[in-house]
Amino acid sequence: MSKKIFVSGDEAVAEAVRLAKPHVISAYPITPQTVAVERISDFVEDGTLKAEYLHVESEHSAMSAAMGAAAVGARTFTATSSQGLLYMSEVLPYVSGARFPIVMMNANRTLATPWALLSDHRDSLSQLDSGWIQVYCEDAQETLDMILQAYRISEDPRVMAPMMVNLDGFVLTHTYEMVELPAQAEVDAFLPAYTTINRMDLDDPKTVCYAAMNDYMEFHMKQELDMRKVPSVIEEVDRLYGDKFGRYYDGMVEQYLCDDAEVVLVTLGSVTGTARVVVDAMRKEGHKVGLVKLRYMRPFPREEILDIASRVRAIGVLDKDISVGYEGIVFTNVNSTVADLETSPGRINFIGGLGGRNISKENTRGMFNELLELARGEKKEKIQFVNARCEYHG
Amino acid sequence: MYEIRWHGRGGQGGFTVARLLGMAASVFEGQHSLAFPSFGPERRGAPVLGFTRISETRITDRSMVDQCDYVVVLDETLIGPGVLSGLKENAVVLVNTCDPEPYRKMTDRKIVAIDATDLAMEILGRPITNTAMLGALLAVSGLVSLKSAQEAIRSGMKASIAEKNCIIVEKAYSLVKGELINGQA
Repeated sequence: MSKKIFVSGDEAVAEAVRLAKPHVISAYPITPQTVAVERISDFVEDGTLKAEYLHVESEHSAMSAAMGAAAVGARTFTATSSQGLLYMSEVLPYVSGARFPIVMMNANRTLATPWALLSDHRDSLSQLDSGWIQVYCEDAQETLDMILQAYRISEDPRVMAPMMVNLDGFVLTHTYEMVELPAQAEVDAFLPAYTTINRMDLDDPKTVCYAAMNDYMEFHMKQELDMRKVPSVIEEVDRLYGDKFGRYYDGMVEQYLCDDAEVVLVTLGSVTGTARVVVDAMRKEGHKVGLVKLRYMRPFPREEILDIASRVRAIGVLDKDISVGYEGIVFTNVNSTVADLETSPGRINFIGGLGGRNISKENTRGMFNELLELARGEKKEKIQFVNARCEYHG
Repeated sequence: MYEIRWHGRGGQGGFTVARLLGMAASVFEGQHSLAFPSFGPERRGAPVLGFTRISETRITDRSMVDQCDYVVVLDETLIGPGVLSGLKENAVVLVNTCDPEPYRKMTDRKIVAIDATDLAMEILGRPITNTAMLGALLAVSGLVSLKSAQEAIRSGMKASIAEKNCIIVEKAYSLVKGELINGQA
């Protein structure tokens, strides 16, 4: 029997990890991820999670130790945030190149300087090219569900790629809400024990691809070709999970009221929830607005975005990040896909929420209004800052 | 959707009570709720905020709480323009005080007073007033039943303090309910 618990996003992660039964957890605490790793450490201490918990001295060591454990065939977990993720950065392509299915929680938090604690997506989006699958969650329930799905996806022999489960710092990590906790037996049936041929084995010695001078290119071609098939595995696991636990997330992208939409806004993570309220309100007033919840950034949902872009008159992309000197990172990704269309819809890049700046319902309504005006042929600035306290000129 | 803002100082249980109310509403009454602190560093003694959102339908709004239905003040030394702003037109402000008259001059919103410190000292022996203020809030608002609040306290607090807090929440509830009926609150 599943049960209902009232927990924070951090605690939901810890509960999911306990259910997934990793052999090894190695982590270094950092706000706002701290509560998650503290709880997991408690579970190992009280014996409700039979695992080795490595209290390492840094994030670089956390990921290195997780990789060492994965290299002997262990199921592993680690968690970080912000500067911690950047400190791990060197090890991320080691893990993905070696095809180790490590699952990591990343509590999205902005990057220094100025030093700040609150959430935006600059940390994880800076690691898009690391070869990791990246999913973004909207609430605590989805986060718990995605940790469980992440192991199933990553460890699939067709995938063999590590996965980063992102949840917004504070907005999700420190907000308490009711979450349905699946029963252990049900999770065991969904998530079989991890077995792999990709491991160090004294009885069957082989290289686990640490050096490949002449075959390097082919290794990465294989990695890319396999990654292209990951969306179908994600859809498959989403259906399987939904059939078992009753919650479906629509795979790569959730389209909210997009069928007849004239304009859509693309969002990542918890701000999607706020935008739902605005879409509902504007629909009641007769505006044909829709919402595209981009769940995965890698692999990128090219097919879905092309399909949506071919049907609408304007697309807005809300980036809680900026690639300084260019534009929002999500916008760049959406744009390069939309460029494949013969005629592409109008596009605006909204940059907001940096350092945790509030994105209110009024701000979101403002974005939709800009898109509706663009769709009617009005000229609009391509890059717009949302809820900023200083003037800017595009 | 009802939005409640809790004002206390770090260590007074202002966020704990925001969470207990959320738990009572969702786990024990089948409503939907979110409970969260003011985001950022936490310091004992510093002003802290707690928020609870309660609704009959799923709550997806993750933006900051702007206009509240209820504001609950655990420590009256915090009261100032900030505490008395962001209030809906029919909002109620609950204050832990033995003399609410000065605060009635600062706002046109309804103020309900309870000497929660006195109650906490009597039953807990410590000036932790969060559950007393919860009882007062429930008497005024009926957001959740007293029984659900007590179930949340038993489920969300350490066993060693849960029963005493169940007594406090009930006493505060009765006290304020009685005063409301008699028109004294």
